[in-house]
Amino acid sequence: MLDKALFYFFAGIAVVSAVLMVTRRNVVHSAIFLITALLATAGIFLQLRAEFLFIVQIILYVGGIMVLFVFVIMLVNLDVALQQIQFARQKWVALFVALALAGQVGLMFWTSGKMPGQGLPVLTAAAAAKLPPNSETVARSLFESYLLPFEIASVLLLVAMIGAVVMAKKRA
Amino acid sequence: MMTSIFQATIEFLKAFWAPLLCGVAIVAVLPLIVGYIVLVERKLMADMQARLGPMRVGPHGLLQPIADAVKLLIKEDIIPDNADKLVFWLAPVLSVGAALLSLAGLAIGPAFQIAQDINIGILFVVGVSALGIFGIVLGGWASNSHYSLMGALRSSAQLVSYETAAGMALVSALLFTGTLNIKSIVEAQNKEGIWFVMLAPVAFFTYLVASIAETNRAPFDLPEAESELVAGYMTEFSGFRWSLYFLAEYANMIVVASVATTLFLGGWLRPFAKFHELPGFHWLNFLDFVPLLLMVVVGVYCVQRVPKQPTRVQQLFMLVVAGLCFVLGLVLLAPVVVPIAKPFYAGIHGGFWFIFKVSLYIYFFMWLRFTIPRYRFDQLMRLGWHFLIPLSIINVLLVGVALIAGSYLNLHGWGLLLVTTPAAIVTLIVAFLILAMEKERNAPQDQAAESDFYAG
Amino acid sequence: MLPIGHYLFLSLALFIIGVVGVVTRRNVIVVLMSIELILNAVNINLVAFSRLYGDVAGQVFALFIIADAAAEAAVGLGIIIAFFRNRETVLADEMDLLKW
Repeated sequence: MLDKALFYFFAGIAVVSAVLMVTRRNVVHSAIFLITALLATAGIFLQLRAEFLFIVQIILYVGGIMVLFVFVIMLVNLDVALQQIQFARQKWVALFVALALAGQVGLMFWTSGKMPGQGLPVLTAAAAAKLPPNSETVARSLFESYLLPFEIASVLLLVAMIGAVVMAKKRA
Repeated sequence: MMTSIFQATIEFLKAFWAPLLCGVAIVAVLPLIVGYIVLVERKLMADMQARLGPMRVGPHGLLQPIADAVKLLIKEDIIPDNADKLVFWLAPVLSVGAALLSLAGLAIGPAFQIAQDINIGILFVVGVSALGIFGIVLGGWASNSHYSLMGALRSSAQLVSYETAAGMALVSALLFTGTLNIKSIVEAQNKEGIWFVMLAPVAFFTYLVASIAETNRAPFDLPEAESELVAGYMTEFSGFRWSLYFLAEYANMIVVASVATTLFLGGWLRPFAKFHELPGFHWLNFLDFVPLLLMVVVGVYCVQRVPKQPTRVQQLFMLVVAGLCFVLGLVLLAPVVVPIAKPFYAGIHGGFWFIFKVSLYIYFFMWLRFTIPRYRFDQLMRLGWHFLIPLSIINVLLVGVALIAGSYLNLHGWGLLLVTTPAAIVTLIVAFLILAMEKERNAPQDQAAESDFYAG
Repeated sequence: MLPIGHYLFLSLALFIIGVVGVVTRRNVIVVLMSIELILNAVNINLVAFSRLYGDVAGQVFALFIIADAAAEAAVGLGIIIAFFRNRETVLADEMDLLKW
């Protein structure tokens, strides 16, 4: 019951703030609503008992990436941008894409006859306490089975860092 | 639908009533604590500048925080004309909310922790307290003022830079424990019988510097540098909103001090807690009486000052404070001498030592604030990126190597010092090399430092 | 019992909102933010299935996606700053240096 309530709570916040993020004129408001959506998603992760991912989402996504976004929003001039038209003339494309995606997934559900899976097992508090510690299991999987992808990801981050520095640097 | 929501609420309350109560208690008590930290800071500043500090409200200004709080609450709440109302309202709340939320993960003594035994403990505290930066940035932006925006930009640049160094410092301490759970971290230090500040001194130093920058304290208080930016991101805030920012700043200080205490200074452990088991070291148990002694000294001082108070009310107040100190001393004495109270030893004395260490850390912050002049922004950035971050990364590497060596040599506890001390020394040598390189590179054009437009 | 479909629908909703944002908004920063939203929607799916099958691999891949998002945001914002410095605009349809 609690699980369900938490899910609907976080899901509602996530969807509403995502919609607001796309529709707000002001970019800073958009950023705030994206932060809300990301935090709500972190709540969903916690409800799915993925604690490590929850905190990674908060530290990296919200505390890192979104700070970067807000920083850049403040660097580029907002006052001019506010008076311009915020939406490109692609509403029909957007509608088409959205409908196509929704239809595709609906078709998937329809053909499979019912919702896939029997549902996630609901744990009592006692059973949840007996789960293996999440961060340890993730770490084991990350550094044993997925060591090579991990290294590649770090190289990717290095490349991105150098790329960002080169891009944002003032040309002398 | 309604009944199901009701059911869920009941279920929630049944499971979490105790942490909820503790949380409410923290939210209620924290402003008072912060008020008194501010009073201590003002007194300390006065002492270092050979003044008396606040003396008027209550004896020795003991009621000053309450007067300040009342003043702040009844002040006019000013919203600038072109401010973004929603964000202007949201920002201080966000700031203080993040700081208070991160307090939930901390363990004050083995018995008292709101979010009991969360698997990601220390990351939760660090990550959630880092969200406070949005309060600063958005508040600075929403004020629609150049000073505020400058302060906000400086703040975000500063926090992002120094969080990396702080995180790396945390990693080198966490290498010793292999867990993120706050209680397990302290227990690991108990098991080893040595605090991690001895094993990873460079990491502690890095964290110390980075935590000062993260809490926007002097000498790194660029975001609110009053001689350059009026009050930085807080310029346009007044009354209650301003006091929320203030509360957040001091709550953040408590958080970083607690993280440092937990990771490096042995949390709630008494100094030499493990030693009294060894033969010949039993005399170290006198440390159990230190809390009592401290309380008695403060109480006696209060009693001694009673005749000097001008009015009767103030004399009474002083006596009450002295009485409180004695009662606290008795409470702290009880678990040591009374056999029935023995089970509470860990809880009560743990709490005392934890708060004691946190206070020392915060005292150090204040001491620095009154001693060192403010950095320039480019100096601050250079210190972060060119010195602290390389230093902390190298430190993580070397501590890891030292740990592997230690496990090969089968070292434990104080024996680990054999491998970690060389690692620390090598790190320090590297640090001096970095500094020398920096000096060489920056010597000619130090005056013509790059003037970024967010540098003010 | 919370069926997996709930998570799929949430993920789908966020994904579609993100796609609509990418297609309709003119401001490049908002477009980038919508992409973050899309990546986030994918993460929900991965974690939900990871919980359904009791396999932690899904969470590991969500971690990779977050790292990827960080890289993408860093480079994207770098490009935006560089472009803003040259052209004084952040609108997508004014980024027409390569066509005339």
